[in-house]
Amino acid sequence: MQKALKKFFPVFVLPTLIAFLISFIIPFLMGLYLSFTEFTTVNDAKWVGFGNYIKAFTANQEFVNALWFTVKFTIVSVITVNIFAFFLALTLTCGIKGTNLFRTVFFMPNLIGGIVLGYIWQLIINGILYRWEVTLTFDPKYGFWGLVALMNWQLIGYMMIIYIAGLQSIPEELKEAAKVDGASGSRLLWNVTLPSVMPSVTICFFLTMANGFKLFDQNLALTNGAPSKRTAMLALDIYNTFYGKNDWEGVGQAKAVIFFIIVGFIAFVQLKATRRREVEA
Amino acid sequence: MKSGKRGTNVFASVTMILLSVAFLAPIFIVFMNSFKGKLFISDTPFALPNVKTFVGMQNYMVGISKTGFLQSFQWSLLITVSSVLTILLFTAMTAWYITRVKSRTSTGLYFLFVFSMIVPFQMVMFTMAKIANLLHLDNPAGIIIIYLGFGSGLSVFTFSGFIKTIPVEIEEAAMIDGCEPIRAFFTVILPMLQPVTITVAILNTMWIWNDYLLPYLVIGTKYKTIPIAIQYLKGGYGSIDMGAMMAMLVLAVIPIILFYLSCQKYIIQGILAGAVKG
Repeated sequence: MQKALKKFFPVFVLPTLIAFLISFIIPFLMGLYLSFTEFTTVNDAKWVGFGNYIKAFTANQEFVNALWFTVKFTIVSVITVNIFAFFLALTLTCGIKGTNLFRTVFFMPNLIGGIVLGYIWQLIINGILYRWEVTLTFDPKYGFWGLVALMNWQLIGYMMIIYIAGLQSIPEELKEAAKVDGASGSRLLWNVTLPSVMPSVTICFFLTMANGFKLFDQNLALTNGAPSKRTAMLALDIYNTFYGKNDWEGVGQAKAVIFFIIVGFIAFVQLKATRRREVEA
Repeated sequence: MKSGKRGTNVFASVTMILLSVAFLAPIFIVFMNSFKGKLFISDTPFALPNVKTFVGMQNYMVGISKTGFLQSFQWSLLITVSSVLTILLFTAMTAWYITRVKSRTSTGLYFLFVFSMIVPFQMVMFTMAKIANLLHLDNPAGIIIIYLGFGSGLSVFTFSGFIKTIPVEIEEAAMIDGCEPIRAFFTVILPMLQPVTITVAILNTMWIWNDYLLPYLVIGTKYKTIPIAIQYLKGGYGSIDMGAMMAMLVLAVIPIILFYLSCQKYIIQGILAGAVKG
């Protein structure tokens, strides 16, 4: 069969491959090259070595601020989203009435796009802050917690679904055996339930982390970096560097490469972590 | 013991009901405000519309004409449906080929597709938009090719994962019966791929329907999809017509909720499968 199929490369692979070259491979390689040059239109690139990378960190504080903001946001989101999601999953697997309806409701925000989410939460948070006669863009901490609230609303249901699947795959006999041995309540949770769902925990941690790090639409719609770029996350900072000011395209591309390396590193660690778990299991 | 259990269940139920209300509240508040005059929205966002603030469908009329929402809905629908169908067809074919034909090319391609999944969009956005522009792909038809290329990583990966679990004998039997590969693909392989096709379709639909930056950079505001239309409403420095914004948010959320309620089972399954593998 291999032989017969092999001749059909142009039919089966070529269309996808051409599209893949146009919208990924070539832009990726070009981007890598351009990060070492000064350019405005791709054709006028001038080699500057690591100049753009140095400029990204030293010309102003924007990139470093965005990096710290993103790291802090991601840490807080990973913790809050996963605690809430796990708690919901635990409650919804103990057989209370209306479980399916609750699941439907909690998952629903996940399907709403980032731009729409951003404006929904802008209304809510400005509405709450109105009492103190300030707005979302008055202080970066409002933007920060606004993004955290939004992120929780969007991701809790999603992670909950993964935790539910994990919890449901725990064999009933295991829990029964533990109960017979006298384990109950928190001991059952810590010593039986939690270790059994560790694969789900790993998946959810990395999914939340990746989502947090790459957040863009929500950030653009909710605060657009205001006040004075102090709530701009990495993706938004890169976008602003590219399109916000002239002659900074090279620096924007260098920031994008750094961003790629960070995200790639997270994915690499995830791969290692899940592989090891599979071997253990 | 039994009554204790019932007690916790009541407590759990009440907590879940309260949390459900809290989860639905943001959407309800937006819905409520979409019927209020634009000047009352930032003052009293949590108050129901009353005689003084109620403006009927005015926000919807203004919003629809300002953003060209109906046109945007059509562009979103057209781009999403045609891109998803294109992705499904071509990436299923590619995945079958590179899974069944063992060669260095197949292995190399598979590696590149997986690699593309971890690269954030910002890495390629500038150069991709330039190339799309250069090749005249900056229109609703051209963006399908961009989506096929950028969506191929996850889709090929997901299809391949499934194809690996299908015994190759079924296909070999079909081919021995004189079926040439293209016919074999459509009559034997594609029907077997149905469950994973749904997963790939759902993942790509949610991505493309909600995507903002890629169509904005590739097409611009000439053919506005729904997210672009909403962002466009914001205009210059903070001058948002809050009334129109609320109405447009409601109109943007309605199709998603309808889609969700009508194929909830597949959506949750699809997203779960995508998450656990990805």
